[in-house]
Amino acid sequence: MNAFNTILILAAAFLAVFGEAALGGPRQWLGAQVDLLPALMVYAALNADLMTVSLLAVLGGLWFDALSVNPLGVSILPLFAVGYGIWLQRELLLREVSFAQLFLGAVASALAPALSVLLLLSLGCQPLLGWGSLWQWVVLTAGGAVATPIIFALLGWCRHALGYQPEVETSFRPDREIRRDRNVK
Amino acid sequence: MLKRKHYVALGAVTLATLLVLSLPSRATLRLKLAIGSLFLPLFGLAGTAQQLPITAADAITPRRELLRQLEQLRRQNEQDQVLALQYAAISRENDELRALAGWQRQAPWKLKLASVVMRDPANWWRMVQIDLGSRDGVRENLPVLTAEGLVGRVSSVSLTHAQVVLVGDPDCKVSALVEDPAGDIGIVNPGGSQDSSFVELAYLSGSAALKPGQNVVTSGLGGIYPKGIPIGQVAEDARPVEFGLYSEARVKLAVNLGALDQVWVLFP
Repeated sequence: MNAFNTILILAAAFLAVFGEAALGGPRQWLGAQVDLLPALMVYAALNADLMTVSLLAVLGGLWFDALSVNPLGVSILPLFAVGYGIWLQRELLLREVSFAQLFLGAVASALAPALSVLLLLSLGCQPLLGWGSLWQWVVLTAGGAVATPIIFALLGWCRHALGYQPEVETSFRPDREIRRDRNVK
Repeated sequence: MLKRKHYVALGAVTLATLLVLSLPSRATLRLKLAIGSLFLPLFGLAGTAQQLPITAADAITPRRELLRQLEQLRRQNEQDQVLALQYAAISRENDELRALAGWQRQAPWKLKLASVVMRDPANWWRMVQIDLGSRDGVRENLPVLTAEGLVGRVSSVSLTHAQVVLVGDPDCKVSALVEDPAGDIGIVNPGGSQDSSFVELAYLSGSAALKPGQNVVTSGLGGIYPKGIPIGQVAEDARPVEFGLYSEARVKLAVNLGALDQVWVLFP
């Protein structure tokens, strides 16, 4: 694990928040904007350390709230709760399997906005909620689920192409080399 | 050691959240604007990228087509000048009549064109950001509209950008007047989270008999929106609520809020 992975995840989060604010396509076609931060959090929780998960929650949450009417900081805890939960169980999860990524993405994308809305309501805000919110929740869940394997593939490729590769250990050791020589004494 | 690392991360994130959430509103606003300004280069790039196809299309438009459009615009301009003369005469007459009746003189609208650069990434708010800020004279609570009707009001302003809460957001309540003989007045409330083209016209009198197709405009009450800006049309008959104490009606907005590209900020 190195700093490049952390920087890559944070840069992806920055671009994801920008994309959500700038691109109105999904909102027009599906009636809801897909949130990519929970999907990124799944990637971070399975491929990075707790520091990266915490940084993604804090910075991603702040970036998201800065472009939104949300009170600043309200998205941090839901993101962190999702990431921390997955990070704790990461040894048991099949991170390489696309179906597992899809499932985790769906769970994360369903939980994070629900927790955000609960937090907003507990803070006394009045978000726009109704029966249509259920449809938006379904779109968020499905969108996050589909986005997660794509993010895994994309960031995995970026890490492989741009990052330092771990040094491969070989069995060769000069001190244990068997010298084959007739003149060995 | 591992447990300790957990506690440190949990504590740090919780502390950061509590710290940011408990900041005074003015400090939060400043922090929000500062963080939001990190995205400005990207919004600039996106704006340039959006302009590229338009510029390319302009470059390959034939000269004959351009001349035809120019001629069409000239004719339109002449028509508009005649209409402007007519409106000026009507306006003078209106001022004279107002003076005779002892009414206050109506100030003409001053408008500034703004482009919509982003939308709220959260699904539970209706907000857009425009590319006019305090350096352009924009300040909070200025009405925002298009040629079709009311869009919303400015909710916060930075140096170069401003946030506009749209009609139908819980934070954008508008006093509205129904153009019927009774002149019923109500408050525009959110119409649900799914369809952004409908709002609820609430707190109408219990006896209000609204019919589909009636125009709804701003009433001028409340001090933010001037009277007469179109909001939309009544979509359904009014229905009684609160045991007939009030009635409500669904209103289809005049402006398609989902496809906002350019808006006008109305200066007093």
